[in-house]
Amino acid sequence: MRIPMPDLYIAGGLFALSQLTYFLIMLKFIIPLVLFVVLAIFLALGLNLNPHDIPSPFINKPAPAFSAPKLTAPTEKLSTNDLKGKVWLFNVWASWCVSCRAEHPVLNELAKQQAVMIIGLNYKDEPDAAKQWLDTLGNPYNVSIMDADGRIGIDWGVYGVPETFVVDKKGVIRLKYTGPVTPEAIQQTLLPLINQLQAEQP
Amino acid sequence: MKIVMLLLLLLSPIANAVDAYQFNNPEQQAAYQSLVSELRCLVCQNQPIGDSNAELAADLRRQVYEMLQQGKSKADIQQFMTERYGDFVLYNPPFKAKTGLLWLGPVVFLVVGLIAVFLFTRRKKTVPPSDSVGEDTEKLAAVRRLLTDKDTENLS
Repeated sequence: MRIPMPDLYIAGGLFALSQLTYFLIMLKFIIPLVLFVVLAIFLALGLNLNPHDIPSPFINKPAPAFSAPKLTAPTEKLSTNDLKGKVWLFNVWASWCVSCRAEHPVLNELAKQQAVMIIGLNYKDEPDAAKQWLDTLGNPYNVSIMDADGRIGIDWGVYGVPETFVVDKKGVIRLKYTGPVTPEAIQQTLLPLINQLQAEQP
Repeated sequence: MKIVMLLLLLLSPIANAVDAYQFNNPEQQAAYQSLVSELRCLVCQNQPIGDSNAELAADLRRQVYEMLQQGKSKADIQQFMTERYGDFVLYNPPFKAKTGLLWLGPVVFLVVGLIAVFLFTRRKKTVPPSDSVGEDTEKLAAVRRLLTDKDTENLS
């Protein structure tokens, strides 16, 4: 039997060898490039993360119970038991809070749609200043309760006003929104969730 | 008078930052000091609540003090805080799936770095000789050819 053209094998082998060396030399340049790209991606992600957007440990946990005086009628109290079987938005606000002022028209607009009950937590505020704020800017809240010393705030893990929670009919927290609620957040996140929760059985 | 008022205004936040808490015993005070230095202030995130002037930090210090007064242990208070604010509130978070990257990340980077250093130093020693050997065999072959050619020339 004839050995078929050994020269061709040698040429092929040499070609493969040269390709391998070429690849190894290129690797010297490729590895730092890959490392740089990975590092750049991590840094870019880190820059765009909001350090104040801390994941809430309350999602899908029962809402912390409260029983607190109403802002407009301090002798009456509102408690979490009164809200059983209802979907409600719990919005933490204060008259001293600058971002709340930006958020307020958005809440007023949401209140007009009557899609959900909005409960306000007037956090560490002067009752008179709070009432005046609602008189001048409008009152989107079905009820606002007072948290003068911030204890309800601590129970709900509040660390930056405004914050907004969505609570379902079973009294379970389903969403937390940190910072002023935007119209986009209402349309894309809050309203779809609220509609879904309103359809659930209590 | 104006200067005095100004000085008072300047001093007031410092005066507020010092809480006048009375402790029952030195152990309780020690527990308080260690807790306020290892709980993170969520408003000014690079400060423990013990160092922070933020209102929330003051409220949390009050909470820690009250719970100690009620006879709660350090672990109870840490649990109370993580239930509300998550592991983020602890400067010394527990090791679990979510915090794995935080704890293991530096080790992984160290190992990757050591492997890289090892590979690079080894390659530098081995690669250049292999190249020069290839070159040498080529040159040697050429020299041999020349020599044999000369030899045959001489013979003829």
